[in-house]
Amino acid sequence: MKVLVAVKRVIDYNVKVRVKSDHSDVDLNNVKMALNPFCEIAIEEAVRLKEAGTAEEVVAVSIGPKVCQEQLRTSLALGADRAILVETDDELQPLSIAKLLKAVFDKEAPGLVILGKQSIDADNNQTGQMFAALAGLPQGTGASKVEIDGDTIKVTREVDGGLQTVALKAPAVVTTDLRLNEPRYASLPNIMKAKKKQLDVMTPSDLGVEVKQTFKTIKVEPPAERQGGIKVETVDELVDKLKNEAKVI
Amino acid sequence: MSILVVAEHDNSKLNQVTLHVIAAAKAIGGDVDVLVAGKDCGGVAEAAAKIDGVSKVRCADNDAYGHQLAENMALLIAELGKDYKYVLGAHSTSGKNIMPRAAALLDVAMISDIMSVESEDTFKRPIYAGNAIATVQSSDPIKVMTVRHTAFDAVAAEGGSAAVEAVDASHDAGISEFVSEELVKLDRPELSAARVVVSGGRGMGSGENFKLLDGIADKLGAAMGASRAAVDAGFVPNDMQVGQTGKIVAPELYIAIGISGAIQHLAGMKDSKVIVAINKDEDAPIFQVADYGLVADLFNAVPELEKKLNEVL
Repeated sequence: MKVLVAVKRVIDYNVKVRVKSDHSDVDLNNVKMALNPFCEIAIEEAVRLKEAGTAEEVVAVSIGPKVCQEQLRTSLALGADRAILVETDDELQPLSIAKLLKAVFDKEAPGLVILGKQSIDADNNQTGQMFAALAGLPQGTGASKVEIDGDTIKVTREVDGGLQTVALKAPAVVTTDLRLNEPRYASLPNIMKAKKKQLDVMTPSDLGVEVKQTFKTIKVEPPAERQGGIKVETVDELVDKLKNEAKVI
Repeated sequence: MSILVVAEHDNSKLNQVTLHVIAAAKAIGGDVDVLVAGKDCGGVAEAAAKIDGVSKVRCADNDAYGHQLAENMALLIAELGKDYKYVLGAHSTSGKNIMPRAAALLDVAMISDIMSVESEDTFKRPIYAGNAIATVQSSDPIKVMTVRHTAFDAVAAEGGSAAVEAVDASHDAGISEFVSEELVKLDRPELSAARVVVSGGRGMGSGENFKLLDGIADKLGAAMGASRAAVDAGFVPNDMQVGQTGKIVAPELYIAIGISGAIQHLAGMKDSKVIVAINKDEDAPIFQVADYGLVADLFNAVPELEKKLNEVL
């Protein structure tokens, strides 16, 4: 089985996000960028499938500007066999990304597509589901366990009340939750090897997809600050305040 | 201007979050229809019909929707959604699973996790784990959105008398199957609906130590939560996680114990009415949002708090 993994370049999760003073966006100038954490888990899962002999090839795909090649190289260093960049400088919204992924899926014909459940920048949690819809594939979102048995992909999902397990008919789409696995670090030899791995570049027009935007961000603001309160000295004082001042117990 | 709200339920009971989603629909304005799709879900449809301000309940009672599989639900929502200007669901694991799939079938964008309605086409939503709030304007003819339920006060569950109309549509995509479900048995209220939430963080030290919080939670009738750090450390299951990537809560009282207050966590609880923090690190960021902060070792403070609560309540 071939596994396609979609990955995204985002702000590094350790970086404190600041809103630009003109409220047009967050400030990404001179900010460290990285592979989206949920995408890292997606790559790891695919590589483990390959190590277990279930997957034959792991292909990483990213969509965005030229610099996304950095995150594809990281993916290759983590164990992907080859990479595809769909290069565009246009603003990408989840539906357009889903359409582009569908075009890549049609070319590559993988048995499984793994994505992160959400990116830590836009926090949409949409792309995997949209792509699955357009490709007519079943989906297991927020996965904490993936088991492959022939043509059946069993996915245990993290849901509000606990866990739900669904059986999907391959080819299928899986989006990763935090506890699916713990991604490895890329070793230096693997980072070096990754530089030589195949990375193909194509454009949306090569794929016959028109990128469009149907919503626009008109303002980005910092969140409303919550005012801090007071420090209490003792548990007695705390209980007294909760009972008599805040009146919540 | 009509709005379709996708009800969340387990075939026997309507989930409270739906009342909040309907509140968001009312903030947009227009007729609000509620879709109840499931199997043997007539009781839920009856309950939905009583909700204040609902015009019509559309009930799709069919095997295909019994477990609310996204593949089947999205086909149904896309078919019905064509006749509406807005299709809304909760920003819950179920809503996140189903709604983007329905939006793609309708060939429209989706706006996730809206926290306010600015106008008929403009909405606010959190991005970057709540570190920024984006105002977005949609030009799609059908606006598919999920709603942050804590941002909208629930409408009244009683007072309406909408008609229930059966939807005769069976969409079985035939590509997915429900296998099993392991729902955590709750002897406590559900996190997102609880009046009081007691949460533990990495400072708890182990999963075993979370038992320390039982006494307080029992006494206050609270739901139990956790920070992502505690989940990542394997102390407790992921469904207890409060934060941007977990559950968003806004109880009357939130007690954070051994939680430093990473922005990720704050994004999930800072709309709580009263926040209490107990942490031994006086510089922990959680104190910047806490109404009442106690700098103390939780292993002393928690038993003492339990004892004190038993005395006064």
